[in-house]
Amino acid sequence: MSKLISSSHVVKVGIADLKVTKAPNKIRTSGLGSCVGVVIYDERKKVAGLAHVLLPDSKLARQNKFNHYKYADTAIPLLVEQLSSLGARSNLLKAKVAGGAQMFQFSSGSDMMRIGPRNVESVLEKLKHLSIPVLASDTGGNAGRTIEFDIQTSLLKVRTVNKGETFI
Amino acid sequence: MDLTKLTQMQKDALREIGNIGAGNAATSMSKLVNRKIDMDVPTVNIVSFDEMMERIGGPESIVVALLFRIQGDAPGTVYFIFSIEEAEALIKEITNNDALRLDVNDELAISVIQEAGNIVTGAYLSALGDFTNITMQPSVPYLSIDMAGAILTVGLLEVSQVADYALIIDAKISSSYQVSQIKGNFLFIPDPDSFSKLFKALGVTNDV
Repeated sequence: MSKLISSSHVVKVGIADLKVTKAPNKIRTSGLGSCVGVVIYDERKKVAGLAHVLLPDSKLARQNKFNHYKYADTAIPLLVEQLSSLGARSNLLKAKVAGGAQMFQFSSGSDMMRIGPRNVESVLEKLKHLSIPVLASDTGGNAGRTIEFDIQTSLLKVRTVNKGETFI
Repeated sequence: MDLTKLTQMQKDALREIGNIGAGNAATSMSKLVNRKIDMDVPTVNIVSFDEMMERIGGPESIVVALLFRIQGDAPGTVYFIFSIEEAEALIKEITNNDALRLDVNDELAISVIQEAGNIVTGAYLSALGDFTNITMQPSVPYLSIDMAGAILTVGLLEVSQVADYALIIDAKISSSYQVSQIKGNFLFIPDPDSFSKLFKALGVTNDV
């Protein structure tokens, strides 16, 4: 009986975190700054996942056991793997990407201060490597973003403080 | 160094850093607005990145933040954080002009808050430097008015390469007078390699 009621809820993804889900659920992450939100989905099978990537490359890790969801190069393959086990077809995956801003206009400083563009670059490179086309992106700039992906429509809602909501 | 295994003595030493810094900052703020400013006892917390955002009201809450990178022997990041209302109350207090608003990118309002932040954080850091005898040179203030999550991850980048949590020394200063609330929140996030230097300077054993 309960199968008749299909309630949709919003799956929340934290920092350096990754989740996958099916329609009618939506999937969301809040307050992306230099971090990049990577949505990968199978449009027909109505499954999608979101990774909130904090850093570009796991070579930066100075830990023996590190959280693989934190880095672009390690998070994206795991996202694809989890999508496959949820029924997504790996050769038909598509991606949408948002984030990678520079929140403070540092005049100088270490590479760490330019991490936003490096995150975007690393994400795009990894997606290209896995032959996943990027259908839409909203990256760079200097504003924080909250993103929410509607699996039903494959639209990514991007909200910023000054520009309000846009759909890509 | 595993920060989750700090001793009580080490945490007390870090809290004392916050105490000294915030005490001096409160005095400086008090001179700036010509009224009494109180401070809360600082707290030392080891938090996951998501927990850190929740402490400021969630990753999407809009904050006014001044960020200072500290260079020198014990590098780290210091934030001076207000809500928009608190920042505007402070601007009004300093300028006697209640028409100034931060949300429309008013340049005067922004330079007032930047300069106030510079003075007060300068007091915070110089107290830290005097107390620990460690050179702490603050960068110029960097201002951003945006989502807390987007702003605070900048301060986590250094620590995020070695850990999945950060140690923050959190100190609040405030004054309530009639209806206008002037408050500010200092967050000091030392870089991972700075802890041993801070402990050594404070005469606390470095073993954890």
